[in-house]
Amino acid sequence: MIPIGHYLFVSLALFIIGVIGVLTRRNVIIILMSIELILNAVNINLVAFSRHWANVDGQIFTLFIITDAAAEAAVGLGIIIAFFKNRETVLADEMDLLKW
Amino acid sequence: MSALLEFLKTYMWPLIFALVIVGVLPLLAGYVVLMERKVMADMQARLGPMRVGPHGLLQPIADALKLLIKEDIIPENADKLVFWFAPVISVTAAMLAYSALAIGPFFQIAELNIGLLFIVAVSSMGIFGIILGGWASNSHYSLLGALRSTAQMISYETAAGLALVGGVLLAGTLSTQKIVQAQQGGTWFVFVAPIGFFLYLVASIAETNRAPFDLPEAESELVAGYMTEYSGFRWAVYFLAEYANMIVVASIATTLFLGGWLRPFGSIAALDFLDFFPPLCFLGVAGYCFYRTPKQPEPIQSGVMALFGGLCLLLAAAMALPFVPAFAASKAGVHGAFWFLLKVSLYIYSFMWIRFTFPRFRFDQLMKLGWYFMIPLSIVNVLGLGVYKVLRQLQWSRWPAFLLTTGGTLLVAIWLVWLAQRKVAVPGPVGDMTEAEG
Amino acid sequence: MTPTQISQIAFYFFAGLAVLGAILTVTVRNVVHSAIFLITSLLATAGIFLTLGAQFVFAVQIILYVGGIMVLFIFVIMLVNLDVALHQLQFNRQGWVAGLLALVLASQLGFAIWFARGEGSLDIPAGRTGALSPQNVEQFGLALFEKYALPFEIASVLLLVALIGAVVMTKKRV
Repeated sequence: MIPIGHYLFVSLALFIIGVIGVLTRRNVIIILMSIELILNAVNINLVAFSRHWANVDGQIFTLFIITDAAAEAAVGLGIIIAFFKNRETVLADEMDLLKW
Repeated sequence: MSALLEFLKTYMWPLIFALVIVGVLPLLAGYVVLMERKVMADMQARLGPMRVGPHGLLQPIADALKLLIKEDIIPENADKLVFWFAPVISVTAAMLAYSALAIGPFFQIAELNIGLLFIVAVSSMGIFGIILGGWASNSHYSLLGALRSTAQMISYETAAGLALVGGVLLAGTLSTQKIVQAQQGGTWFVFVAPIGFFLYLVASIAETNRAPFDLPEAESELVAGYMTEYSGFRWAVYFLAEYANMIVVASIATTLFLGGWLRPFGSIAALDFLDFFPPLCFLGVAGYCFYRTPKQPEPIQSGVMALFGGLCLLLAAAMALPFVPAFAASKAGVHGAFWFLLKVSLYIYSFMWIRFTFPRFRFDQLMKLGWYFMIPLSIVNVLGLGVYKVLRQLQWSRWPAFLLTTGGTLLVAIWLVWLAQRKVAVPGPVGDMTEAEG
Repeated sequence: MTPTQISQIAFYFFAGLAVLGAILTVTVRNVVHSAIFLITSLLATAGIFLTLGAQFVFAVQIILYVGGIMVLFIFVIMLVNLDVALHQLQFNRQGWVAGLLALVLASQLGFAIWFARGEGSLDIPAGRTGALSPQNVEQFGLALFEKYALPFEIASVLLLVALIGAVVMTKKRV
């Protein structure tokens, strides 16, 4: 049997990589993808604990998180397309209209 | 070493089945292509391929050899790695779907609890092969074809999935084995959910990018869509994936709506003589082969024809095996595979029939059909089948429940068609058509 | 090789693949390659779900995440892809702050997991899986439509809102 700690460490690694991606990349699309990585890390945790406690609730939370991710991706990508139409860029630090 | 032996002992049959499928599926796809050319020729009053082998029987092998030794061209500005990898994704997705399909009660690689869901999930990955291949070619036609294809496949996947949900609702399970078993005593689901079957038929044609929905590969508009820059072996792999996908959707429809490996009228004892059909069918084909053997123009063609006749005799013997009392147990497996493949071929034949009958759709017509007709109707269909199941649980007999639910769904379908046909007065200045459409 | 051993090998393989895919996702230059590596990572995660016996979540992960969301991502990348953007700077100048932050976060969480492991409470006990059958799709469905019926409805409303939002956002003129 694989100890649950291993699952948690995989999840931790994915989470940290996602955080680094969000903080360092300039491309908005990659930032969104890094957020997907973070959500994914949480999913691993939930499913692993669902197995650990022999309770199906964790899997259901996973389903809700995936639903959330779908909604977030749809709206986020919509915003990116609208922004690209106006400014011809997808770089996060060029979105500075409100910076003054 | 002993660990390996243990492994082989546990997983022997799944491994053998997997090897058989990986080996047979390309051959089968090649012969589906031959069948398509023959059917097309028949509908256009021609003969079709006749030269390679008697009646063109060796044409698929010749085609495959030609594609293998063709020059492999990679465009200069292509993304080499993705270009190389994209066809592999397509064909892997198509073949992986077979790991959960049951060709008979015995012939199945893995009996999964989520069988049908697994197949849908895996075959939805095939989209990536298309879109990445189109992108990696670095060509406008390829990219346009890939984007069209993706939009089309995603739209129709929803409709196909909802049509499948209807069938799954009736069966009460996702496992392919149990779905077929649920149809064993009673009727096949196509007679309970004809509208669901129709929806799946249309959606599966769109999903496999075939005419009349073959816009991603429309020659007159996009050269060859996402495959424009592909040649030789890579192109062959795409082609294989396409035909393997056809076989997969046909198998899903067979499993869910056409009773899988069950014999027609399995519950009527008076029609048990249908059990003799499989061996007699092959016997007839073998007889025809031997009858044609002396009439071939070349001696080598006569030889090949006789070989095919012998092969059919062998198959007939295999089909007759269950009538030997010692091997009676093999009946479900052997005959099951026969009926399953027969139904799959009939489904694919209907694909071809449709392809050679209807003209191609325009892209906006395609999208309109998908979003304004197929998806709403498939949702209503799921509701209707739910009502059917509840009515059956309330001890209604079969016909009133069937007529009520199917009639209701049909009324909704007619209403949807009326909505789409209705002429709407579009406000706005003349010539501003794009705005009015969107 | 027993099934347990196979599932162990499968877990470590998928775990390595997921982490590798994630690292490549945030480091490669080309956005499409990034998306491909993210798909790899998501598929490997689906494999991890399978080793945990969560078959339905496995299927949902592939159908929704890989077959839906990632196709949407690639679609948008191809709509907005700029060849210019490839030659620009891909990382911003706050790399060292991000690294520090990530290090702190990683050490915190890692310590927490390590500490809890020391108490022996985080190993899966052998008999614990009794209540959750290995094929738990039915349990999943029952819980979803009985205990979690209201959240389920709320999630569907959320999807509807997102749908309308996305349509409004990408319209030519609002």
